[in-house]
Amino acid sequence: MTAPPTTDEFLACVLARAIEGLGNVAVGTSSPVAATAALLIEEESQGRTRASILGSRRYNPFNDGGSEIHDRAAQGRIDAFFLGGGQIDGEGNINLVGTGSYPAVNTRFPGGYGSAFLYFLIPRVILFREEHSRRVLVPKVDFVSAPGTSPPSVHRTGGPHALVTKLCVMAFDRDAGRFRLQSLHPGVELEEVKEATGFDFEIPSEVPRTPPPGPARLALIRGVVRERVAETYPEFAATRIAAG
Amino acid sequence: MTGFSEATVEELAERIGDGCLLALPKPDAGASMAVVRALIRRRAKKLRLWCLPAAGLQADLLIGAGCVASIECSGVSLGEFGAAPRFRRAAENGTVRVVDSTCQAMYAAVQAGEKGMPFVGLRGILGSDILTHRDDWRVMQNPFADGEDPVVVLPAVRPDIALIHARLCDSHGNLWVGNAREAAVLAHAAHGSVATFEERYDGNLLDDERMTAGTVAPIYVEAAAHAPRGAWPLAFPGAYRADRECLAGYAAAAATEAGFAAWLDGHVSGVGRAA
Repeated sequence: MTAPPTTDEFLACVLARAIEGLGNVAVGTSSPVAATAALLIEEESQGRTRASILGSRRYNPFNDGGSEIHDRAAQGRIDAFFLGGGQIDGEGNINLVGTGSYPAVNTRFPGGYGSAFLYFLIPRVILFREEHSRRVLVPKVDFVSAPGTSPPSVHRTGGPHALVTKLCVMAFDRDAGRFRLQSLHPGVELEEVKEATGFDFEIPSEVPRTPPPGPARLALIRGVVRERVAETYPEFAATRIAAG
Repeated sequence: MTGFSEATVEELAERIGDGCLLALPKPDAGASMAVVRALIRRRAKKLRLWCLPAAGLQADLLIGAGCVASIECSGVSLGEFGAAPRFRRAAENGTVRVVDSTCQAMYAAVQAGEKGMPFVGLRGILGSDILTHRDDWRVMQNPFADGEDPVVVLPAVRPDIALIHARLCDSHGNLWVGNAREAAVLAHAAHGSVATFEERYDGNLLDDERMTAGTVAPIYVEAAAHAPRGAWPLAFPGAYRADRECLAGYAAAAATEAGFAAWLDGHVSGVGRAA
């Protein structure tokens, strides 16, 4: 008997599906769920997908300072990355700086870190924010840390690919500059997502369910992946991933 | 080589003058917490922090203690211990000027300073409100492109002084920072640097090929002081881990001004464990 997936295991598998088959996947600091996804796909692909986990010693190839990941991204040698957002709007703009009018913000967030650069240069950026509410998913961000799209004159090889929350997956359509509902997580109704989303998004006539992880994938996560995640995120591995 | 003699932590803090552009490496790349505490004890004023590329406890303590006029970086947080509470409050109240940047802009600007280049061009950033609020940055047409190709250009940065913590120091003043590239580039780019170090090294670091790549030569360093556990309570990679209990205690205490003041009394101004 396999215990059903925990929330974090489930979400890691949703993120994993978004990076399957890619060459180089990088994960920023303080991102244990994305790190789990990347290490899972690296293991499943027997290393064809390479995971680079910032904050890790063993699973981080960058040894030339913090600029190296940005250098690689600008060279086009990173295929996917994960970003969050204090606010995310329907055009794929993200705000990691603060709410209200800048610089005298009402609530200050930590800051944009690498986003204003990496969002332009990494082909597949997956936005991951577990909270799905009108507080986070707003009609228009108060501060654009990084824009979702750019005019054709701007050199841009990257941008948002999908948005993953605790309720659903939305795909980003770069030509239309908006999100389209891709799948609803088990037990979630369309009305619930509409109610909790502050922006308009495209709704296809049939919305599939986000598939749960199969037993083989779950076993990998709870085995070798859990051990590898623990090197960087010991507490997360111990409390959020079931023991295999 | 002659002329090197060790300074004290308090002397290093004296060399960091009020109002100076003070460069700090990210918290896990050699943070001299010993000198941060000494700066607070000497009641430093109006420091302009420049943090490569992001800031953490060093900046939060200096901001809370009233030592800071402005901070430029790509972000400020206590990592897994959450938001930097004193930074957050100061930004919301407008008591410290916050200059938001992005990681690669911080690296590129200081690398340009290291190379003596006038400016540097960077991809990305266009259409971001970070650019909107940077009156020191410009957008220009890429002179090498056939078609339209706008590029953000930034002036080179040379901080007044860099403050770093090294693992080793030999009797010639050579500092071994190992893989902490942020500490090395800041030392090279700044007009001057001061450093604390964990351990004295017996011999000359430049004699050993295995050590030279990670060594910052004394031509870049004004003064260095022995400060064992000088990055505490932060981690010093390769030497010791973060003091999780202390950092969690700080994150909780610093949520209020009174709690922050009490924390300073116990860990900085008073007779706490701090150097």
